Amino acid sequence: MLRTALREVSTALKEGQVSPTELCQRCLSLIKATKFLNAYITVTEDTALRQAEESEKRYRRGQSLGDLDGIPVAVKDNFSTTGIETTCASNMLKGYIPPYSATVVQKLLDQGAVLIGKTNLDEFAMGSGSTDGIFGPVRNPWSYSKQYREKCGQNSHLENEDSSWLITGGSSGGSAAAVSSFTCFAALGSDTGGSTRNPAAHCGVVGLKPTYGLVSRHGLIPLVNSMDVPGILTRCVDDAATVLGVLAGHDPKDSTTVQDPFNPFKLPSVIDVSKLCIGIPKEYHIPGLSSETLAVWSKAADLFENAGARVIEVSLPHTCYSIVCYHVLCTAEVASNMARFDGLEYGHRSNMDKSTESMYAATRREGFNDVVRGRILSGNYFLLKQNYEKYFIKAQKVRRLIANDFVNVFSSGVDVLLTPTTLRDAVPYVEFIKEDNRTRSAQDDIFTQAANMSGLPAVSIPTALSEKGLPIGLQFVGRAFQELQLLTVAKWFEKQAKFPILQLQEMLDHADALSHQKISLSS
Amino acid sequence: MPSTFSQGNFPLNVESIKHTIDQNPEWQLEEQKPLPQKKVTMELLDHLERLALVDFRNWEGVERLEKAIQFADQLHEVNTEGIEPMDSVLEDRCLYLRGDNITEGNCTKELLQNASQTAEEYFEAPPGNIPLPKLEEHESFLQDSN
Repeated sequence: MLRTALREVSTALKEGQVSPTELCQRCLSLIKATKFLNAYITVTEDTALRQAEESEKRYRRGQSLGDLDGIPVAVKDNFSTTGIETTCASNMLKGYIPPYSATVVQKLLDQGAVLIGKTNLDEFAMGSGSTDGIFGPVRNPWSYSKQYREKCGQNSHLENEDSSWLITGGSSGGSAAAVSSFTCFAALGSDTGGSTRNPAAHCGVVGLKPTYGLVSRHGLIPLVNSMDVPGILTRCVDDAATVLGVLAGHDPKDSTTVQDPFNPFKLPSVIDVSKLCIGIPKEYHIPGLSSETLAVWSKAADLFENAGARVIEVSLPHTCYSIVCYHVLCTAEVASNMARFDGLEYGHRSNMDKSTESMYAATRREGFNDVVRGRILSGNYFLLKQNYEKYFIKAQKVRRLIANDFVNVFSSGVDVLLTPTTLRDAVPYVEFIKEDNRTRSAQDDIFTQAANMSGLPAVSIPTALSEKGLPIGLQFVGRAFQELQLLTVAKWFEKQAKFPILQLQEMLDHADALSHQKISLSS
Repeated sequence: MPSTFSQGNFPLNVESIKHTIDQNPEWQLEEQKPLPQKKVTMELLDHLERLALVDFRNWEGVERLEKAIQFADQLHEVNTEGIEPMDSVLEDRCLYLRGDNITEGNCTKELLQNASQTAEEYFEAPPGNIPLPKLEEHESFLQDSN
């Protein structure tokens, strides 16, 4: 039951095959059994059960609110949630209880979704591993999968497990791990440079970044206002479309949401790709790309061609500058956005009280980790009067060049772009931390970043397992506000790829034996 | 049912794939040409600290900053002649502005609840108009407060 798609579970709830409280309890048990993944910062057990009970009453009266009624969902801990601690995995906001909920969270709750918990992330969503938060790193569920352990000749000694586990990618690693390990049916992430798609690829789930302006950012604690987008993580494309249908649309509280009417859609079940033109950006073939990912990418291109689509090579000439451009724009906006954390109105406050300035500085030193402080410092440098033109304005000009690259490609007849999502499959944590956050982000964001720069919708689809038995994802980038077309193509591809289900049962049985609690993924 | 990309197909014979993707890589990641090392002066650091207030005036902060600047300098390779800066991808649209009517508020209690030091209905702050100490005084200043 926990492994099924949203729509199927929804039907099961309507038909009474399972009740919302049962479903909620199973998810909560599974969360306890998979605690070592560290995917959740807060598990909202009491409120979730209460919400599940309310949902049950509605189902009994035959008045369910929709497809999401009674469905357990998780939310990344940088979305404000009324009455529930929202930390951004930072000491700055530890203990902070927002007095309001993010619009997207409220929309989920209004549809009857059951909020099962707040998920772990890199501090303030800065990072590509979900390793740099104060609650510790998130472990990729695939580290414990039958698929990986068989390939890597792992024996089942717990001691070995502990040093070789893999990262989830980031920064929405907790959300990706939560969806991947079946503890919820959908999760919210955020995507500024790839933070939803990157962990989706590493954890073998679908990660959708909607068009900038389609989904409200009100209540999403901002990183880069001109690039941030709430992301959706699910186990299949249909589910992503369902969740998008609930979240998208103009929000008067977020003036960067467009006013165009949004019509929720259901993806067709029969899809013909023969009239499509798929673009393969040649600049995305870089030396760091693993040969496995390259092979999977090639094979995918062939799949489309064999189905009658026109598959052509295209050029996005400014790709190689997108990371540098992002580095400047991101740090500049971060410098501005983080200025609100001064300890006065909310969040951590230092005991230093000699002056406001010294209190602010001490508060921020104590509250932020080095990554955040480093970005604030760099951002302020690029915004200095003497540097403004040379760095910030320059980066904004380069941004236009990057965005124009996409405009040119899409106006030449290409419908959707097909690219890798990440350079390779997930690496072990001990290897990942050998390089610093900035270096890693620069390497890992390479394929995903440009979509944020240009505001275009993009989705990562789990495609194949690597030689190590780990997920490899491919990314589709679509035209602005054309999520229907993007997800239709993605759904067709998902059907072709037949990506295998994560086999966790063996690991859970092992955990059972220790905890004497029977956890089962099957109905 | 075996997946389309199932294990049996690996390692793929790359040459045999009818490829649309050119098998030769396009460009190098992070090709950093050696640039004259930017010197971050004490004066600059003090100035930045007053703006940033992150208390990063140590060798680590300087090192990070210098690396960040070096990385950003790659931007100057790009020809942006005649290109307008882009603030937002929604620049062609007129964004929604609410009418100037009060629709919410009166939540003083909730807002004050999150602050650590309040007095009556005020947020309490330490005395202002005291400049941050300069770098030389910095170390002793911090020690005094602890």
